[in-house]
Amino acid sequence: MMGERMDSFIHYASLFLFAAGSFFVITGALGLLRFPDFYTRMHASGVTDTLGADLILWGMILQADGDWLLIAKLLIIMLFLMFTSPVSTHSIAHAAWVGGLNPLLGKDLKHSDIAPDRDETKSAPEAQSADGQHEGGTE
Amino acid sequence: MIMYVAATIAVIVAIVIALARAILGPSLYDRVLAGNAVGTKTILLLGLMGFLTGRPEFLDIALLYALMNFIATIAILKFFGYRTMSPQMRDISSRLRNGHNDGGADG
Repeated sequence: MMGERMDSFIHYASLFLFAAGSFFVITGALGLLRFPDFYTRMHASGVTDTLGADLILWGMILQADGDWLLIAKLLIIMLFLMFTSPVSTHSIAHAAWVGGLNPLLGKDLKHSDIAPDRDETKSAPEAQSADGQHEGGTE
Repeated sequence: MIMYVAATIAVIVAIVIALARAILGPSLYDRVLAGNAVGTKTILLLGLMGFLTGRPEFLDIALLYALMNFIATIAILKFFGYRTMSPQMRDISSRLRNGHNDGGADG
């Protein structure tokens, strides 16, 4: 009796986790498509990717039926995603900023002025080491 | 079973939307970001397909893909940052091209 109730609780909990993870994954993808600027797109994608992936992986852990090998593999994947997803998002942002991609500024996000501390960033060692060949991020 | 199908469909839809951003993306970094998002969702898709078809060995492939996706993103960013795969090799080759071949391998 107790085991049956526990099983159905685990079932519904994993159902909820799958639904929440799917919601966050779809939301992140929509933000990646619809937002006006690279940096806002990066925010939408980077924040929701970590949470959506972790929720779906937790749902899979609950469905693994106590198989310790599967749970260990899923936990390793989750730990790795938890570390690497913010790191890769940060490095993309840093590469875009050093490469000369300006964010949209202002209340209406319409104009793309030079940010205040832009020149200081331009003379950073990363920008100089490429022999001044940074011609900007846009193709 | 139905929740695996729903989550798989959600992940596939997200991959299609991210691919649209990768094709549309006005700048290089938009494409890199979309590629990174597609890689993350591919890991989820591999795990979900493994659970859906009852073959959890797919998780090994998902683990390998998680490792490769991170390194691929960093390598692409490094390539487009320095315009070469190895800055030391670029320095040596440019020195050779300019005729300053004094054998000084300071890198």
